[in-house]
Amino acid sequence: MKPTETPVIELKNLKKSFGDLAVLEGIDLTLFKGENLAVLGKSGSGKSVLIKIISGLLKPDSGLVKVLGEEVNKITPKELQILRLKIGFSFQNSALYDSMTVRENLAFPLIRTRPEITKKEIDMAIDKVLEDVGLSNTINQMPSELSGGQKKRIGIARTVILNPEIMLYDEPTSGLDPITCLDINDLILQVQQEYQTTSIIITHDLTCAKMTANRVTMISEGKFLKTGSFEELFAMDNQDIRSFYNYNFTHEK
Amino acid sequence: MEKKSLNKFLISKKFDTFFNELTNVFRFLGLYFKETFTSPFEWKETVNQCFNVGYKSLSLVTLTGFIIGIVFTKQSRPSLSTFGASSWLPSLISIAIVRALAPLVTSLIAAGKVGSNIGAELGSMKVTEQIDAMEVSATNPFKFLVVTRITATTLMMPILVLYTGLMGMLGAFINIHQNELTSFTAFIKNAFSTISFLDIYSSLFKALCYGFTIGVAGCYQGYTAQNGTQGVGKAANATVVIAMFLIFIEEMLIVQVVNAIR
Ligand SMILES: Nc1ncnc2c1ncn2[C@@H]1O[C@H](COP(=O)(O)OP(=O)(O)OP(=O)(O)O)[C@@H](O)[C@H]1O
Ligand SMILES: [Mg+2]
Repeated sequence: MKPTETPVIELKNLKKSFGDLAVLEGIDLTLFKGENLAVLGKSGSGKSVLIKIISGLLKPDSGLVKVLGEEVNKITPKELQILRLKIGFSFQNSALYDSMTVRENLAFPLIRTRPEITKKEIDMAIDKVLEDVGLSNTINQMPSELSGGQKKRIGIARTVILNPEIMLYDEPTSGLDPITCLDINDLILQVQQEYQTTSIIITHDLTCAKMTANRVTMISEGKFLKTGSFEELFAMDNQDIRSFYNYNFTHEK
Repeated sequence: MEKKSLNKFLISKKFDTFFNELTNVFRFLGLYFKETFTSPFEWKETVNQCFNVGYKSLSLVTLTGFIIGIVFTKQSRPSLSTFGASSWLPSLISIAIVRALAPLVTSLIAAGKVGSNIGAELGSMKVTEQIDAMEVSATNPFKFLVVTRITATTLMMPILVLYTGLMGMLGAFINIHQNELTSFTAFIKNAFSTISFLDIYSSLFKALCYGFTIGVAGCYQGYTAQNGTQGVGKAANATVVIAMFLIFIEEMLIVQVVNAIR
């Protein structure tokens, strides 16, 4: 897959702090169509904050955030809403709507973004996406009746159902068993190949990063250490990277 | 260094947070009016919420209205009959219910039942990022969640107040009919002889204000909830306390104004 010329996501010297706490201190990133970037980093290093800024949920203090050629923090709310149709966001804690069944959760983004859609089309889209995440039998359950991993998968399903051009996954495989992890990884790859999406995948799981991403990076002290292939990153002589690698492949496995 | 001194409090921490909060509430109100009167309108969800508000409080206000009618009649009878004026019971009761009891009792019940529900619901949606999720799926959560709920409580409260008033009168009639053997027509005639349209309008106006207050308190507390599940409980609790407090203040003000007009 050869990246085309115009970047899909472009960040320049992005900074964000909460009060006295500086979280992001100069992030630079250029991501092209069809690329999958895995972002590693310790808990609290600002990974979630980063993708929230990309989707316009948080405002950066300074720096450039360009998504599909639009400056996210400069455009009007209306324009942002239109841009968001092209961005899928899968939340760390799934964020399923408690008061709705799985079917209604999946139908919600469809009904809201395409008012003219027919009931049959909705049902077809829901069936397909539920099959993709392997949870067709949960369609009439409430989120409270699902396990953590099932919620996570429904959360991802709710995001991919709109066929966005950009996918932002916040820890898609955390809390899942190894087999389901592999299924999710496959799903991420499948989505990327089928729809040529550009994705940012936040993860602590190196297997996931290795399988799904063609570029890997790590946030440390508010900056990206380096972005490159999996092998390139872990060939680097850096304390943070070494300890991350050792932890993943000596303690867990 | 300079930045630090800017962070110092103007008066004291408590005062500053209070005024900060007050500014935020006014911003919230401003946003409500802006979003309410700009398209797209969430008609369907507003109707849903109206149904919710009415349905949730219906059984409770039916019972309370009815009981208040009976109890208030029973309690007033002795003092009226001392003057041999128990035939005035219906008009006394109707004044009490229409002018004061129905709006106040209904809205206090709604504050407890509907208000806490809104606070908890929006609060949990906020802390579990459901509101963020709504926003990224290109739905304006303020319009979809806040505007619909505030509009619903505001519109439904007058209806509920009317209904509670009727239930109260029904309770009063049953008690009076049993004791004084007053017929239905005589009861109605006596009851409505003293209440004016001003009484009814002012009560409905009160109901609008209280409904709005409950909606705003619940939505504001829920929408700005923080700190995980603990924040949800706090939002629900603060909604009830603040709504009740404001309702009493508004009652006092409106009564002053109405009495001046009368
Ligand atoms: N809305 C907010 N208000 C204040 N501080 C925040 C806010 N959101 C995040 N933070 C702070 O920013 C820092 C980074 O948070 P973030 O959620 O991005 O971490 P993370 O890298 O996603 O960690 P994890 O792997 O645990 O999810 C944390 O210290 C957090 O306390
Ligand atoms: Mg996170």
